[in-house]
Amino acid sequence: MRISIQNVTKRFDDFTALDQVKLDIRSGELIALLGPSGSGKTTLLRIVAGFEWPDEGEVQFDGEDALTHSVGERNVGFVFQHYALFRHMSVFENVAFGLRARPRRHRHSEAEIRRRVERLLDLVQLKWLAERYPQQLSGGQRQRVALARALAIEPRVLLLDEPFGALDAKVRKELRRWLRNLHTEISVTSIFVTHDQEEALEVADRVVVMDKGRIQQAGTPQQVYDHPHTSAVHEFIGESIVVPVVIEQGDVRFGGEPLGLDPQGVASGDALLFARPHDITIVPSSGEQRLRGVVKRIHGIGPARRVEIALGSETAETLIEVDALRTQPLRVGQLVGLRPDQYRIFSKDGG
Amino acid sequence: MGVSLLWLSLIVLIPLAALFAKTAELSAAHFIEIITSRRVLHALQLSFALSFAAAAVNLVFGTLVVWALVRYRFPGRRLFDAIVDIPFALPTAVAGIALTNLYAESGWIGSLLAPLGIQVAFTPLGIFVALVFIGLPFVVRTVQPVLEDLEKELEEAAASLGASRWTIFCRVVLPSIVPALLTGFALALARAVGEYGSVIFIAGNLPNVSEIAPLLIVIRLQEFRYADATAIAAVMLVASFLLLFLINTLQRWSEGRTGKRL
Amino acid sequence: MSVVPLYDPAAEMEIGVTAATAHARATQRRKVDVRDDPAWVRWTIISVSIAFLGIFVVLPLINVFAQAFAKGIAVYVDALTNAETLAAIRLTLAVAATSVVLNGLFGLTAAWAIAKFEFRGKNFLITLVDLPFSVSPVIAGLVFVLLFGLQGLFGPWLAAHDVKIIFAFPGILLATIFVTFPFIVRELIPLMQEQGTEEEEAAVSLGASGLRTFVRVTLPNVKWALLYGVLICNARAMGEFGAVSVVSGHIRGETNTMPLHIEALYEGYQAAPAFAVASLLALLALVTLIVKAVLEKRIPKD
Repeated sequence: MRISIQNVTKRFDDFTALDQVKLDIRSGELIALLGPSGSGKTTLLRIVAGFEWPDEGEVQFDGEDALTHSVGERNVGFVFQHYALFRHMSVFENVAFGLRARPRRHRHSEAEIRRRVERLLDLVQLKWLAERYPQQLSGGQRQRVALARALAIEPRVLLLDEPFGALDAKVRKELRRWLRNLHTEISVTSIFVTHDQEEALEVADRVVVMDKGRIQQAGTPQQVYDHPHTSAVHEFIGESIVVPVVIEQGDVRFGGEPLGLDPQGVASGDALLFARPHDITIVPSSGEQRLRGVVKRIHGIGPARRVEIALGSETAETLIEVDALRTQPLRVGQLVGLRPDQYRIFSKDGG
Repeated sequence: MGVSLLWLSLIVLIPLAALFAKTAELSAAHFIEIITSRRVLHALQLSFALSFAAAAVNLVFGTLVVWALVRYRFPGRRLFDAIVDIPFALPTAVAGIALTNLYAESGWIGSLLAPLGIQVAFTPLGIFVALVFIGLPFVVRTVQPVLEDLEKELEEAAASLGASRWTIFCRVVLPSIVPALLTGFALALARAVGEYGSVIFIAGNLPNVSEIAPLLIVIRLQEFRYADATAIAAVMLVASFLLLFLINTLQRWSEGRTGKRL
Repeated sequence: MSVVPLYDPAAEMEIGVTAATAHARATQRRKVDVRDDPAWVRWTIISVSIAFLGIFVVLPLINVFAQAFAKGIAVYVDALTNAETLAAIRLTLAVAATSVVLNGLFGLTAAWAIAKFEFRGKNFLITLVDLPFSVSPVIAGLVFVLLFGLQGLFGPWLAAHDVKIIFAFPGILLATIFVTFPFIVRELIPLMQEQGTEEEEAAVSLGASGLRTFVRVTLPNVKWALLYGVLICNARAMGEFGAVSVVSGHIRGETNTMPLHIEALYEGYQAAPAFAVASLLALLALVTLIVKAVLEKRIPKD
């Protein structure tokens, strides 16, 4: 099912949670809404579900206005961060709930319901726990039950609100992979909300990065990682090094010195240079048009080391972390040059 | 700590022990004879039956009241929330005479019911009304915290699965508050069974008609028939202990269901 | 796993709706919380609740004051200032004050013991504390008669030494203490349990004695709960009827507390004076509730 979100705005008192948000989701896509808390991602998800209504804008399911329907009418499957399983019902009864809640006319026979529930429990590999109660299950198991319950009603879209947020790291990783595989199997249009960029990049077909109620960028994981449109995206996805620079006469300058870098169309004035730790190479400090700094600390085990380098003067110091190979000879206090192989220049406001 | 134990023993244990000691003085046969006498049986039946009925009414209406207080916004809501505590705080004798006056034929409500042939004061119906009054806060106050803390997500989940409001109430909300409801019911029942002050003014106090068990105990005491008084008291105490035990069990059940202590 | 829905809830809900209404609904956006009940349900429940509370609680309360002034201010004032009433008031105050102080002291120590220590029989102690709650006040009075009445356990001994407990102040006091004992303890226990023993342990590790720790650390932490407990203990003590009725002897001017005096007046067909005295106790109840509401904000909830 296609979802079309147009100019959606939502305000809570004087706080604008969503500001003219536009997004088109293709049928069968697995989309991640990624952003820090307060970015509006959960609000957007809840609006699509029907738990909240926007102050302005449209939401359409397959071209039809979804906002005239209540959440029950929209046939969405929602999975909550804290599972929201019914404690007084067994796993089986939880999953069967949606099917049994239908009006008599449209309810399947008990036998058919049983069949469907069992098939779903098979799908989430929890058939052996069917008679247990939620309190007796681990967090990961509970979330899988919640997923099975949501899928039981054959939803047109699956919505997940930080589904793995309450689980510990190891379980989170497992379930992430499992969700991806599940999606490949059932290909229901799915939207999940997360603040974990690793999760978003690993699982989603497309990542929608949100900040301050706006969509900063929507693209494949590769696109948002390699070609971030704004500083917010760059900073949120992967690691970032930020160096304050000045654009003057077409040159990018740090500490008054031109660096020989491309200003990438940013206007003159204060700007920011963004790069990834592994996209900067440490080179000899001599030479023209070079970014220079002093090694402050070297740490890390494994194939690459992390080198903390201080740029600029004592009073206006910028600390960055750069990756260097084990084999490269470095000492604390050494003056080095830095060559950004891949970088982005953003104006001060992030654009 | 030894001091507390001593104090507790003095104030609570010993007096109660005296009760059972006195009861033990009676032979089993005599005991049974007392509690199965017509007047005593009637008083016990009346006390328990009316208390049960009153607690049931409080269960139903208390649920409505607590639902309105927790789920809805309406003018004066906070005032009504405070009003629920009045039967708790008001001395029983004050409640007793106020209710009697209200439901007597010349009273505000009594005068409205008299033309319909309904007499409340000085009949078992009056006792019932008094027992509803004093039991009112129990269901409300016991259920209130549970309802307030009910996870919003549970209802959202049920709604997203296509359940109607009524289905959500019956299959998601109600099961979560049932232990609290029953505890409130048991508390109201326990209180009603032993109630004295609010009831003796409005009851007719006619033996075998509108005489409650606590009153019968008092009468026997005044007649210096200690044995009879203690026998009846013993029966009531046993019933109270059973109810207390039931309440504790329900509280533990509720903790298991919702993770909350009642 | 099929993606095409067998059952389309939105479509189903459109059945039976005319074209006009469908159009109206299509252009109308419903902005409703999933937890909201339909309007008619809401207003029915609110009306029934208000009616129920109004009839069963508000009316009797108003009636107390209405009847108190039914025969005019002069009768009201006279009822409150005559000798018997004043004696009843004095007795009630004395009983209440003593009960509150004693229950406060021992309630504190009991709550402290229960909340801060682990010991055998702790559960038994807790049940004991709850006991007076579940016992009929008449039975509470009865047990003291059984102990100290003429035919009671200590009866002969007391008579021989000319000590009057039943039908005198001590009996009334004992019965009141029994009935009001749980109020203070029950307020303190959950709070003390929640606060744990860390602060006390810190104090002791810094060298404070047990008493000092109690006074300087434990007490201030529970002051609002204690005050609240004292308040309701007092209200209950002043209003206690059943237990006191059994042990008091109803001697006018001597062993009649205010509730008993009210009974005496009412049974003596002096309704207005009875309600006048009752209005004082009703006022006390209202004040207690108001102060309770204020204090509730100060007591941290769990």
